[in-house]
Amino acid sequence: MITELGHFALVLAFIVALVQSVVPLIGAHYRWPGWIAVGEPAATTQLLLLGFSFVALTWAFVTSDFSLQLVTSNSHSDKPMIYKITGVWGNHEGSMLLWVLILALFGAMAAWFGGNLPPTLRARVLAVQGMIGVAFLAFILFTSNPFTRLAVPPFDGQDLNPLLQDPGLALHPPFLYLGYVGLSICFSFAVGALLEGRVDAAWGRWVRPWTLAAWVFLTIGIALGSWWAYYELGWGGFWFWDPVENASFMPWLLAVALLHSAIVVEKREALKSWTILLAILAFGFSLIGTFIVRSGLLTSVHAFANDPERGVFILLILAVFMGGALTLFAARANVMQARGVFGVASRESALVANNVLLAVSCFVVFVGTMWPMVAEMFLDRKLSVGAPFFNAAFTPFMVALGLILPVGAIMPWKRARIGRALHTLRFGLVLALAIGGLAWAMQTGNSLLGPVGLFLGAWLVSGAATDLWLRAGRTPDRLRRLPRADWGRAVAHSGFGVIMIGIAGLMAWEKEDIRVVQEGESWQMAGFTLTLNEVRELPYSPSEGRNYDSLMGIVTLARDGREIATLRPEKRNYPVARMPTTEAGIDYRVLRDVYVVLGDPQDNGGWAVRTYLKPLANWIWAGSALMALGGFISLSDRRYRVAAGARKSAATPATGGVPAE
Amino acid sequence: MRRLVLILALLAAAPLAALQPDEVLDDPALEERAREISSGLRCMVCRNEAIDESNAPLARDMRLMVRERLVAGDTDEEVVQYIVDRYGEYALLNPRATGANWILWLAGPGMLLIGGGIAALYLRSRARAKAVADDDLSPEEAARLRTLLEE
Repeated sequence: MITELGHFALVLAFIVALVQSVVPLIGAHYRWPGWIAVGEPAATTQLLLLGFSFVALTWAFVTSDFSLQLVTSNSHSDKPMIYKITGVWGNHEGSMLLWVLILALFGAMAAWFGGNLPPTLRARVLAVQGMIGVAFLAFILFTSNPFTRLAVPPFDGQDLNPLLQDPGLALHPPFLYLGYVGLSICFSFAVGALLEGRVDAAWGRWVRPWTLAAWVFLTIGIALGSWWAYYELGWGGFWFWDPVENASFMPWLLAVALLHSAIVVEKREALKSWTILLAILAFGFSLIGTFIVRSGLLTSVHAFANDPERGVFILLILAVFMGGALTLFAARANVMQARGVFGVASRESALVANNVLLAVSCFVVFVGTMWPMVAEMFLDRKLSVGAPFFNAAFTPFMVALGLILPVGAIMPWKRARIGRALHTLRFGLVLALAIGGLAWAMQTGNSLLGPVGLFLGAWLVSGAATDLWLRAGRTPDRLRRLPRADWGRAVAHSGFGVIMIGIAGLMAWEKEDIRVVQEGESWQMAGFTLTLNEVRELPYSPSEGRNYDSLMGIVTLARDGREIATLRPEKRNYPVARMPTTEAGIDYRVLRDVYVVLGDPQDNGGWAVRTYLKPLANWIWAGSALMALGGFISLSDRRYRVAAGARKSAATPATGGVPAE
Repeated sequence: MRRLVLILALLAAAPLAALQPDEVLDDPALEERAREISSGLRCMVCRNEAIDESNAPLARDMRLMVRERLVAGDTDEEVVQYIVDRYGEYALLNPRATGANWILWLAGPGMLLIGGGIAALYLRSRARAKAVADDDLSPEEAARLRTLLEE
């Protein structure tokens, strides 16, 4: 019964979304207040209906209702409760429902918190958001209905893919979706402003917090996914340049670019058309990502034939929204005249350089991701594009970005002198060079990766510190009274540096050991002594929350004769899904992780054991966390909460030129 | 048919974990080269995974093949060519810069030139715009022009 109600709510949400996408738009055009006012209740209603529908589906999973096809193919009665719940979005149909739920959430938030927007703009933004909802609800209802019933329900389900039975599934997809579906609101703002025929500083100010929020969630989502891969896949890789990963990374890169170019629109009324274009494209890449993940096109070109209907449907949505928005963009080029003027050396220019580097690096990832498909379809060449290509083609852009960031961040608006900025940063530069040089001198190999990474990281962190110091007028007392946006910026920028240190350290100085070990035997690894005390068998026992059987190695880790930790690497086997997984035993420390994986039993009675030393691995996730934290700090800045935008829009036309802050 | 299902089930239940101790070569220099080569070779049945990281039996075959050729005295290039001859270009994670693949390799630098060029032109126009505004129009005139443009 609840399932049917959930299904019905989904259909109702589709109809509400239709109303939301038509009525406010007409209202805004003819300035009919009653029609304009429809947007807000419609957005709220759509959210409530989809929320109910989602709860209904979750209920079916929680109660193991195997009369639902989706539950049968993705759940099992012995599965622990947390994975029954997270299993709701561990599959195509359920995750699409989460997708539209989050879409509606952002629509409703724009309705609730958009009180300072001009009513017509708000109506148009909500209408565009409604249109995206219509498209994806139609996609769900017509091609991927999560509420399909089975005529003959089976006795039990087929279980969820064991790789997904991890706490990571509880957090990673929701954050990721909050991020890239969140970019839809930037798209709606861009299209709304184009329809309105007005792109000004106020628009820049309105769109920034939304972009920031989406970007923060996307950062958290991607970092969680990367950490999950690190501990789950059994050899400690954190990024694979897999098409599905790239699908979330491309919108992230463009969101970073958008975040920075919107600042120029807000403060200097320049870069307007580029910012609008970025807002459109960032969501475009989210849609491309959805297409890549859902159609299966890029994992294997042949998977496309398995489900052409879904792939074609999303492609159609992509074509309509991108085609429509870009046409509108071209038609309204005249409303995006730049006003601010600035010198070639200025903060504006630095932000332009930031945007060029980010957009080009996104383009590189895009071409690399699509190339195998293009080559197969048009050149009849079946080839792969993997990590070595991306490392070589993508990394230089990030290095360049890291080099210019601290300089750009302290340059004033309008007119700056690069020499002067460098002079201000000289201590940081010397410190970073010293750290990089030290790393260069201490390492035995001759790879530049480690020293360059450490240099950039130190440069970025010290640059962020200098930035704060300058903002506070070189007086420690004023540091605490700085606007939160300044703190947010410095924290996020130093997070970028910390990530660089982590990646460089991990990739340059990783150590590995592979051997056969008997129970009770010890071995040495980079100054550590490891002992495999025993291998325990843990049988299948759902009552203890173990829906798998497991071989668990008990490994003690010691240094200088002192025991540091006990690691428990596991080899699990999930009998229902008939699939094994590995669970690494990891000792997390600030400067290094020791990562132990239990392999197969050998003929002579020993066990294959792989041990890795992963220097600075945690810095990658700590840096991501700092970036996200910086975003949150900025979001909490008071000027986003006061209705400053309205004042500013009224003031702008009267003043001659736009004052730099 | 039943036996086939059983074999497949066993294969699925007891896969080979990534690189195995018995595969590692005794000569550290050769092993180092084997790793270097492996990191650029794709496990044919996986998603964008290098053969060292893969659990698939096919990846094990490829790892052993790489080491066999190294022991036989092949150079790195010969080993890679050996694999490409048998498995095709698809096995290379790093696509070779030949023929149309130049488009892939030049996409980044090319786009940087185009984007950088457009940005440079834009920045110059912004810098010039100031000069025009400063030299030709008085502030009153500029304000009037702006209000006219607004309407």
